[in-house]
Amino acid sequence: MTSFDLSFAGKDHFALFGVPRAFAVDGTELERLYREVQARVHPDKHAHLGDAERRVAMQWATQVNEAYQTLRDPLRRARYLLQLAGHDPAIETNTAMPAEFLMAQMELREAVAAARAAADAAHLDDLHGRLRQEMAAQHEALRLTIDERHDYARAAEIVRQLMFQEKLMSDIDAALEAAEA
Amino acid sequence: MALLQIAEPGESTAPHEHRLAVGIDLGTTNSLVATVRSGMAVVLNDELGRSLLPSVVHYEAGGHVEVGYEAQAGQAVDPKNTVVSVKRFMGRGLKDIAHIEAMPYDFVEGEGQVRLRTAQGVKSPVEVSADILKALRQRAEAALGGQITGAVITVPAYFDDAQRQATKDAARLAGLNVLRLLNEPTAAAIAYGLDNAAEGIYAVYDLGGGTFDISILKLTKGVFQVLATGGDSALGGDDFDHRIFCWMIEEAKLAPVSPHDGRLLLTRAREAKEYLTSHSAAPITVKLGSGEYVDLKLTTEIFNDITRTLVQKTLQPTRKALRDAGLAPGEVKGVVMVGGATRMPQIQHAVAAYFGQEPLNNLDPDKVVALGAATQANLLAGNRVAGDDWLLLDVIPLSLGMETMGGLTEKVIPRNSTIPIARAQEFTTFKDGQTAMALHVVQGERELVSDCRSLARFELRGIPPMVAGAARIRVTFQVDADGLLSVTAREQTSGHEAKIEVKPSYGLTDDEIAAMLKDSYSHASDDAFRRALREAQVEAQRLIEAVQSALREDAQLLSTLERAHVDTCLAKLQAVMMGDDRRAIDVAMYALSKGTAEFAARRMNASVQKALSGKKLEELGQ
Ligand SMILES: Nc1ncnc2c1ncn2[C@@H]1O[C@H](COP(=O)(O)OP(=O)(O)OP(=O)(O)O)[C@@H](O)[C@H]1O
Ligand SMILES: [Mg+2]
Repeated sequence: MTSFDLSFAGKDHFALFGVPRAFAVDGTELERLYREVQARVHPDKHAHLGDAERRVAMQWATQVNEAYQTLRDPLRRARYLLQLAGHDPAIETNTAMPAEFLMAQMELREAVAAARAAADAAHLDDLHGRLRQEMAAQHEALRLTIDERHDYARAAEIVRQLMFQEKLMSDIDAALEAAEA
Repeated sequence: MALLQIAEPGESTAPHEHRLAVGIDLGTTNSLVATVRSGMAVVLNDELGRSLLPSVVHYEAGGHVEVGYEAQAGQAVDPKNTVVSVKRFMGRGLKDIAHIEAMPYDFVEGEGQVRLRTAQGVKSPVEVSADILKALRQRAEAALGGQITGAVITVPAYFDDAQRQATKDAARLAGLNVLRLLNEPTAAAIAYGLDNAAEGIYAVYDLGGGTFDISILKLTKGVFQVLATGGDSALGGDDFDHRIFCWMIEEAKLAPVSPHDGRLLLTRAREAKEYLTSHSAAPITVKLGSGEYVDLKLTTEIFNDITRTLVQKTLQPTRKALRDAGLAPGEVKGVVMVGGATRMPQIQHAVAAYFGQEPLNNLDPDKVVALGAATQANLLAGNRVAGDDWLLLDVIPLSLGMETMGGLTEKVIPRNSTIPIARAQEFTTFKDGQTAMALHVVQGERELVSDCRSLARFELRGIPPMVAGAARIRVTFQVDADGLLSVTAREQTSGHEAKIEVKPSYGLTDDEIAAMLKDSYSHASDDAFRRALREAQVEAQRLIEAVQSALREDAQLLSTLERAHVDTCLAKLQAVMMGDDRRAIDVAMYALSKGTAEFAARRMNASVQKALSGKKLEELGQ
């Protein structure tokens, strides 16, 4: 089976939807464009065609889903922008983080562990909200560093911190699930 | 198969005959078949005007098979050979099935999947389901006056791969061409959404006889996007019956009951449950095999008490699905109720309290799934009509992953990902000089492999010897629009590759299906033969025309050599198509399809590229 060059005219995820290559993204507009593009390429829209055509449509639909999932998520979008800029965030090797950030995270982590042990769903919900706010602030910082300052080294630092925070967020979610069970 | 006819999306294709396609709701308790007739989805009734077909099969000692109401009647007389709620056994081993002790069957632990010993031999759940599907196929063909070209069959959204595969096998065994397995709540949302021109976030709460599903969807201008789905594939009205059954045994202090009495008590339990939907107390009277009478009164209060945990059990996946969708209960615009068991007042109350709004009950909870399936079948069969232009974007219900060191799972595709999707992950060797690697594909949310469902195992061989951790093995998971998974592993430095289409190891093999089909088709009449030949000739003519027209438009996409090959295949098909050798026609058609596959793919790709750049231009113009 042949694979086609599915990157639209050799372009990237942003070009696929025709939106500017930037961290700031209009989520509602992106979603609208996603639906519109998917409605053109999806194999179900070509149900009357043969296997070969539908397979190509399937590859396109897969690509469109991947592009949308990458662009709608701030962390994935930032990583993708770094990659496009030729900047490796060195996630595996560079684990250094400011002491201040680590202290704050440690504290939050302990609070989560305690709430989990007590199966305290309300407290977990609070922590969830708190972390969400912190992450929103990080997203704003990413917009500044990438779109306005073009400071990719600093952006990579924020990306590494965000990955740390996302991990904690999924721990809170898992604890919430367990507390509700 | 209208190969190579590419139309702009939304535009209808060259007029072609209407293909008979049906949607089937294969339920735990009741099954239905529906189709789209003159643009309207309708349920097809039996000759007595009944739309439901009870999902009950009776294997009589004489070799006769009864399905539906007739089988249901025989339930109390011959419980051992009368199979009810077979859906609960699909793709399941004995240890997976709850309340085995209350069932009157003679179970046989088969390979991976449980089987039942009946008066007509050992039957797998796949075969029993196939008998239900056959009855529905016959009903549809009688009503529509022709052969069905394809069917969409619904499954609980929370069904795992083994259960889906078993359903697909059953359909093939019933002689049905499966266009797609569609998730039940999604089918309901399609029917509801199209009927009410609904827009916004909707939840579908589907509590049937044996399964519970919750789906959160976003409906926007012709796109049905599933945001998250969750559920419990072993929770339904049956479990409420079982609670009453246990209560009766305790209240009446009954010693272990015989299969006959057990079936009788369960039937009475179900009647009482349904009665309580519109009454505050249900009298229960049972005459046991011994001649002894059981006389009880079940009040709403007691019923609520003994089933409270079951109701709560449905809210847990509901919370989880909303969290996965990143939504709060208040953001849901409407809650669509599906499934007979949602008629119970305590369910209505619990759902209303959780979402803070009265649920929507303005559609027939029994039929809505089949109607949605019929609509989808019509679309997938290629019977697209103008104005009927919608798209479904569904998700996978359970995470897919790989086993890693220490029996842990590594998720590759998380649950609730929109399909089609492809994801790759790198793994490495853990021993020096390791030249082979065992790959184990699993499905589920748990951390330990032993708590997840095993989907497939395969091995990548020929890895060049390296130190531990140096090899880079890229494993790619691809889930297509049908929700089917294929996994490829490739060693990056040497390019060695191993590939597998995931199929649970105990699904029926193609040979088994073929053998079973041959049995049922061994007496095809001359008439049927001539009709099939005629159909093949028409298909061949259509294919030839499509290829010729494609060549006229886009011959530049082929090299001289490729063109010559296509021409040879064309000539061969033209040579045999008017003869009466059906096989020769099939072979030549296959060769031409195969010979033009690459051409078709290139044309399709060019067409999509064009459609997308067209969009860009339109937008610039705005
Ligand atoms: N009036 C009623 N009150 C309470 N329960 C009812 C009522 N009518 C039907 N039910 C219950 O609804 C269930 C059957 O629902 P339905 O026909 O939707 O299930 P199904 O589609 O066969 O199952 P599933 O979708 O789980 O495979 C049975 O448990 C039945 O007892
Ligand atoms: Mg159902």
